[in-house]
Amino acid sequence: MAEIIQQEQQKGGKRRAKKHAPHIDMTPMVDLMCLLIVFFMLTTAFSKAKIMEIVLPEKIKDPTKQEAPKISASRTTNILLGPDNKVYVYPGSVKPEDYSANPPILPPLTATDFSAEGIRRILLDRNKALFKKINDFNAEVISGKIPISQDSARSMVAQLKKDDDTGPIVLIKAHKLANYGNFVDILDEMNICGIARYTFVKIAWYEEMMVERAAGIASTATASAR
Amino acid sequence: MPKIRLPKNSPHIDMTPMVDLFSVVLIFLMLTTTMRQPEPANVDTPFSISETPLPDFNTMTFLLSNDGKVFMNFDNGGDTILKYRPKILTAMGERYGIEFTEAELRTFEMQKSSMGIPIAQMKQFLNAKDNNERNALQVGIPIDSADNQLSFWILAARQVNPNIKASIKGDSKTSFEMVEKVLDILQDRNVNRFNLVTSLEAVKINLEEIQQ
Repeated sequence: MAEIIQQEQQKGGKRRAKKHAPHIDMTPMVDLMCLLIVFFMLTTAFSKAKIMEIVLPEKIKDPTKQEAPKISASRTTNILLGPDNKVYVYPGSVKPEDYSANPPILPPLTATDFSAEGIRRILLDRNKALFKKINDFNAEVISGKIPISQDSARSMVAQLKKDDDTGPIVLIKAHKLANYGNFVDILDEMNICGIARYTFVKIAWYEEMMVERAAGIASTATASAR
Repeated sequence: MPKIRLPKNSPHIDMTPMVDLFSVVLIFLMLTTTMRQPEPANVDTPFSISETPLPDFNTMTFLLSNDGKVFMNFDNGGDTILKYRPKILTAMGERYGIEFTEAELRTFEMQKSSMGIPIAQMKQFLNAKDNNERNALQVGIPIDSADNQLSFWILAARQVNPNIKASIKGDSKTSFEMVEKVLDILQDRNVNRFNLVTSLEAVKINLEEIQQ
């Protein structure tokens, strides 16, 4: 470096205006761009909302024409969503007569919650065989043992669920003091546990009473539905 | 020994690469951005493991807020070129004997966020000067059986766009009684397939524990 400067000094005494490319001050532009980037980053919704599909059974407008499908009571599991994020589970079915009988003949109501040790454990216990099948299948797909596209993998799982005849038939019923989060949570549990057959049905008045008795709250004016 | 001259003016940093980079990022963000619609009610959606993304078009979204209000939105996607929104509003206006002017229909088309306005106040809402005035009118769509406007909105939406699908976006604290009412109204209109809007959450299951 020093040498070069020496040479230049030796060349001539004339001071020449240095030839500079005209410099444009880019600072304001950079400022503006920064602002815009920050604005877009904050307003952009990167993670799109996800959806969970649910199909509800069609409303039967004329009960005389169509009978409710018959399902075996031994495979039925009823899930009642109660107030305060509580869940109540009972097997089989209750008839209105059972509740009105004196003393009422009621199935054992198991109180639980939405934690991994709560309702999930109960459901997985019932659905062990199918859950294992689905899990093994998924593991094989992920490890590449079965070369299969994602779509056909999904339909294979659906087929596994369809062929299953050991898992529980889950009826989900929500008390009106439950909240929407509970509803989504329980449907999510169905997906997590790979339950093949579940549906959402309207809660019956005697089931509401059972929830209220178990939760220890005053009965709401639903008894009129009798 | 020659003198080392220090430059008098402040050193110039070449900002060209930085500007280049910024431009690229900016253009990327501008192209990929989907603006978050400001909703009339704050809703914390519940979590699920579902990974299906929300469809961009042919949806009617029911926003169920924490305090029991129902809001509705149609076709929040590119298919607004088909002008479903003004058509739906015209159909609703015909049912309730309200005629909307061209300008009002345009305003309704431009409103991208959900609306929860009783049809009688719709004109006032569309002619409101600013957003504050608009938000004050957002009291929720009436859903009680005496004046079930939600049911007619659904009917109008389905008549205008037969492919429309229902999405329900509820706050996790919304009482189920309300949700059930809305589901009931939808089922009365023969809508039995719903998309529940959720946020993604990862879940791990310990298989060994289960097999015990």
